[in-house]
Amino acid sequence: MDKNASISICNLYKIFGTQPLKALEHVRGGMGKTELMTRHRHVLGLSDINVEMKAGEITVIMGLSGSGKSTLIRHVNRLIEPTAGEILVNGENILTFGETRLRELRRKQMSMVFQHFALLPHKTVLDNAGMARSVRGDDRAAYEEDACGWLERVGLGGQEGQYPHQLSGGMQQRVGIARALTSNAPIMLMDEAFSALDPLIRTDMQDLLLELQQELQKTIVFISHDLDEALKLADHLVILKDGIIVQQGEPQEILLNPNDPYIVDFISDINRARVLRVRSVMDVAPVAPPQTAGKVDADATLESVIALSGGDTALSYEVHRAGAQVGYLNMQKLVRALVPTQAAQNGMRHSTRTNSD
Amino acid sequence: MAAYDFVFDGLGLREWCDRDASPGPMSMADLLARGAGGQAEKSWMESLWELPFPSLDALNQACPAIARSRDLTRGLEQSFLNVRDPLRVVLDPITQPLSWALENALHVFTSTPWWIMLPLLLLLVWVASRSWTLMGFVGGALAFLLFVDHYTFAMQTMSIIFVCAFLCVLFGVPIGIAMSRSNTMQRLTIPVLDMLQTLPTFVYLIPLIFLFSVTEPKLYGIAIILYAIVPVIRLTDLGIRLVDKDVIEAAEAFGMTRHQKLVRVQIPLALPNIMAGVNQTIMMSLAMVVIASLVSAPGLGVLVLRGIRNLELGVGLMAGLGIVLLAIILDRVTKAALARVNAASSVPRH
Ligand SMILES: Nc1ncnc2c1ncn2[C@@H]1O[C@H](COP(=O)(O)OP(=O)(O)OP(=O)(O)O)[C@@H](O)[C@H]1O
Ligand SMILES: [Mg+2]
Repeated sequence: MDKNASISICNLYKIFGTQPLKALEHVRGGMGKTELMTRHRHVLGLSDINVEMKAGEITVIMGLSGSGKSTLIRHVNRLIEPTAGEILVNGENILTFGETRLRELRRKQMSMVFQHFALLPHKTVLDNAGMARSVRGDDRAAYEEDACGWLERVGLGGQEGQYPHQLSGGMQQRVGIARALTSNAPIMLMDEAFSALDPLIRTDMQDLLLELQQELQKTIVFISHDLDEALKLADHLVILKDGIIVQQGEPQEILLNPNDPYIVDFISDINRARVLRVRSVMDVAPVAPPQTAGKVDADATLESVIALSGGDTALSYEVHRAGAQVGYLNMQKLVRALVPTQAAQNGMRHSTRTNSD
Repeated sequence: MAAYDFVFDGLGLREWCDRDASPGPMSMADLLARGAGGQAEKSWMESLWELPFPSLDALNQACPAIARSRDLTRGLEQSFLNVRDPLRVVLDPITQPLSWALENALHVFTSTPWWIMLPLLLLLVWVASRSWTLMGFVGGALAFLLFVDHYTFAMQTMSIIFVCAFLCVLFGVPIGIAMSRSNTMQRLTIPVLDMLQTLPTFVYLIPLIFLFSVTEPKLYGIAIILYAIVPVIRLTDLGIRLVDKDVIEAAEAFGMTRHQKLVRVQIPLALPNIMAGVNQTIMMSLAMVVIASLVSAPGLGVLVLRGIRNLELGVGLMAGLGIVLLAIILDRVTKAALARVNAASSVPRH
């Protein structure tokens, strides 16, 4: 089994309707989602998507409801066939796979958590958690230990014998998460896997995922509505709007340099001090400031540095990572980074809202 | 002088019409018309008023070369008789096991002593329903039938229903599954099912009587199966099509084969609907087995028939009561089994 599977999506288009290929011409000619709908009665699901999902990283896909997130993630295991484009998993175009190879890929390389849980209602929690393994042909004895372990880990120890309808929504969602984890596939597709959870369990699950990632380095595609969650988990962040990628990249980078009013709007509510990291605002310049007030870690949040400085903007810090000094942090620069991007204050937020409605 | 003479004269077909004119047997109407012959010429208004629709008979009067509708029905019969023998060569061996199964079931049900049969049936009720009340009711109803000496007839009816309903499920469920998998198959099957369901039951019996001899049990067996198989097919198809799309998607995402999907997801989730179909099928078998007594199906239907034929009111009513009791027993037991299936596979809350 390949532990380090990468996914790349090239020039992917998906159009829902009776004559998608015809509509594709229009989309390639630059027609947008609304126009395509009103003029040609076709739904633009995805348009010209190019994403590189690196092995061992968490790629988070964000966007408003209906922006095509679920559609995109379903292409990765071909639950939806694209209208045009390529999907490479480990360098192989999975669109060329026949039924048998595709099945092997889904069984061994991928697992999925569903937005609406999609548990088998007539099977117990244990059998649901072991579903992927039993599909591969393992019997209960073989998967029981793993499944119980993961159920325990997501906080459902002792519920193995229940049926899904006896559980709350959040509990069902965690069964879905345990099911994907028990499958132990190198690629995990998580469609709003935490959306039904309460804030506390949600934070727990996020921490669990990050912890696992340290251990197992899976390739994870994660869909989220929630920017805080996205920033916490993402190695690579993709922002979708109406089936188009408006920006993608390292999350801190997007936060500091949003390239679209839509994103400015998206990030304007966020507590920047808590999500921005020292590494994103430090100077790598070799010129040392006259004096430094101490050392800070490159991955520390700006909030912690502000607390450390006691609010004094005249200070500078040495930035360290793994014991070595990697740059300097100027408090004035830090404060400037906290100011939300200009556009957000000039009423951009409201104008984009009305536009998108 | 026929109404449509002018058409054939006008088209110059008169010769062709009268080529081998050997006037067939005359109908009563012809004779009457001849008897009243020598009437004065009708006015054109009158002849227009009486102008018949150009039906086969009307055209035949003008041109004997055209067949009468009587010839049509005879031709139909003849062509049916022509295919009957080849059809029999094929159908007889295929359907022979049905006769055999019915004969054996009748034999087993009626020759097993009542004190073995009764507990066995009650055990079956228990297994299906897990309800003491229902078991008590069934026990009481059967005891009543024993008491009024209708037990043997009731068992004959019951055995025929068992065999036919079992075969309906055996063939109906796979057909339903095939329909749910292919839209073409569904499009082709639905008209047949509609026809089977809407044809008056007596109409099936006509071709069947020609095909098989009335003394063979398979004659009524086939009639019952054709009539009762429809709901189980429909509801299997519907049940599988109604399975939650999300769950099917999950099954696919984890790499289930078509067969795994069918056995592990679709059939279990469609089971409540399939069971509802089985219930309907059993009830329709009961309805048909009564009618099938016209073609020598034994059982309570025979008594009903006797009641009608000989105007023996009491016999007919008593047999009717027996049928009602059987109907209630079968319906309640299958419904109880259905309720248990439903409870076992409730749908998830979202
Ligand atoms: N089978 C389909 N047929 C037609 N249109 C579809 C289909 N599936 C999705 N769409 C359309 O594609 C668009 C994207 O849908 P998608 O489910 O991917 O949204 P989403 O980003 O996952 O939203 P949410 O956050 O609400 O789950 C929507 O406009 C939707 O109407
Ligand atoms: Mg979605």
